[in-house]
Amino acid sequence: MNRLTSLFEQKKEGVLNVYFTAGHPSLESTVPIIRSLAEHGADIIEIGMPYSDPMADGETIQKSSAVALKNGMGLEVLFGQIAEARQHVEIPLIVMGYYNQLIQYGIEDFVKKAAEVGIDGMIIPDLPMAIYRDDHKELFEKYDVCHSFLITPQTSEERILMADALSSGFVYMVSQSSITGKTGDISEEQIAYFERVNGMALKNPRLIGFGIHDKETKERAFHYANGAIIGSAFIRAVGNEEQTLEENIDQFFNRINA
Amino acid sequence: MKYQVNETGFYGQFGGSFIPEMLHSNIDTLQKQYLSIMAEDSFQKEFRKLLKDYVGRPSPLYYAAKLSKELNTNVYLKREDLNHTGAHKINNTIGQILLAQRLGKTRIIAETGAGQHGVATATVCALMGLECVVYMGSTDIKRQAPNVARMRMLGARVEPALSGSQTLKDATNEAIRDWINNPVDTHYIIGSVVGPHPYPDLVARFQSVISEEMKWQLKEQTGSENPDYIVACVGGGSNAAGAFYHYLEDEAVKLVLVEAAGLGIDTGESAATSVLGSMGIIHGSRTLLMQTEDGQIVEPYSISAGLDYPGIGPLHAHLIKSERAQVFSATDEEAIKAAFHLTREEGIIPALETAHAFAILDQIGAKPDESMVVCLSGRGDKDLSTYIAHLDGEIVDS
Repeated sequence: MNRLTSLFEQKKEGVLNVYFTAGHPSLESTVPIIRSLAEHGADIIEIGMPYSDPMADGETIQKSSAVALKNGMGLEVLFGQIAEARQHVEIPLIVMGYYNQLIQYGIEDFVKKAAEVGIDGMIIPDLPMAIYRDDHKELFEKYDVCHSFLITPQTSEERILMADALSSGFVYMVSQSSITGKTGDISEEQIAYFERVNGMALKNPRLIGFGIHDKETKERAFHYANGAIIGSAFIRAVGNEEQTLEENIDQFFNRINA
Repeated sequence: MKYQVNETGFYGQFGGSFIPEMLHSNIDTLQKQYLSIMAEDSFQKEFRKLLKDYVGRPSPLYYAAKLSKELNTNVYLKREDLNHTGAHKINNTIGQILLAQRLGKTRIIAETGAGQHGVATATVCALMGLECVVYMGSTDIKRQAPNVARMRMLGARVEPALSGSQTLKDATNEAIRDWINNPVDTHYIIGSVVGPHPYPDLVARFQSVISEEMKWQLKEQTGSENPDYIVACVGGGSNAAGAFYHYLEDEAVKLVLVEAAGLGIDTGESAATSVLGSMGIIHGSRTLLMQTEDGQIVEPYSISAGLDYPGIGPLHAHLIKSERAQVFSATDEEAIKAAFHLTREEGIIPALETAHAFAILDQIGAKPDESMVVCLSGRGDKDLSTYIAHLDGEIVDS
């Protein structure tokens, strides 16, 4: 059974998904980061496939992506690393990237390879729902790989239902109208949006991401959804060159759990 | 209508709308409303009046006697360089600012390469009293300083794009990110026929005034509204789209695109997308783009900031793949040489972008009884420092 699906059957709240950019801070940090995140109690690990032009991402992920590409990260390297990490961890692993990366690899080849190396789900923010539905959904189902669509405060009720119907694993709730990496508090307006979506009784669990960066925002996400996604804050933590990777990750978890 | 956009936003296999959900609401609104807003009487009246009284349209169609004699054919220049702000770009910004007003938007963002679109956007924002932020690559801010100064004087905020090669592609990324951050009050005035549907069609329609005028001007001057060739430079491709628009379905008129070869197509320092590119997604559109095997977008190069773009509008990708349009390319050096030639022969200093189109006219093979219209998309004031640097060089003397 798909590990994402199993996870959400057992765990309905407080699910923590941590994102990192593969190849950052160094080419070889993918496996140690995955192992360490699993040891520190992350429930899901979202592996960013670095992209030259990450349209929806803020400065932190742009920079980590540029570093990763400079370090020589590519899809074949990454698949190899994920296969290796799979020997050590059992939690769901998902990949996030842009549609052009899949197109150039070949969509079916990509999904098949992902399943082979132990990837349980994908997030492709610029893949339109209609194209996924008409051209790719069967393929993802055939290889038992989940796909999560994004919803935002601007997404209409009708589209939220469509995103829910087409998503598997979970629905990705973008917390605010912004690119990734914001560090403010959660506003009343955002809470109203979280509650509005709660009231819709979606079939999928919901994880809240974008702007989740500390204990308080994480707890808010846990309260208003099934869990939280933290990305830029983790990347900033592992980017600290004055400490070891392990020290940086320890410190990150101390900060979001303390 | 083989070459027009279809109802789902595609030109053949190119186009569409590949955008993150954060942009959906704004793009969806545009998709649903752009045609009906543009068709309104009041919109058309205001748009036409501004084009006439403010931009100075119609732009002249000029028979270039000396060039014609030299090339042994008939060369007409569509003088978009004589528009207010110095290029075709203002046709589109006038249209889009009126559209933005009707959508209730109060803040305008734009990307710019050469700065012509940035100036044209800053101009219409000053005219309409709207806040204006223009994203421009840091490399371009340096090489197009006069246009940066103009934008600032017009009251726009010029934000440097610091990622990638710090050129047009990166400025476009930054503008898109700004729009994601400001979905309610902001309209994004894209400057070329690129981006998610409906932008390529929207911009082409506003620029189509170029070919609309060409038809009656040619008729007046030659008795026929059709030339044998229309020639335009292409980065994203908005001046080409405008010059081709009303001739797209008439295959007797041959369409010629001229790309920037940079230092040469095979040098690794080029922006010749039709040769070096393959199908992929850039800025929300499926089109030809320069990329690696892994789908990473390659940094292009051209001396001309306006052509320094790794993609091409989906309409042009379709015209090229279906062989409706023929593509040539000109290097930096050939473009500069052509700019000096046009200046010395006809007394017109063209923009560096435009100069690329003039560099290949002798390769087209137009016959003595045939005619061609070259879209003279912009004037070269902004490029004077580049031109002057070459004044003492051998390029001019050769």
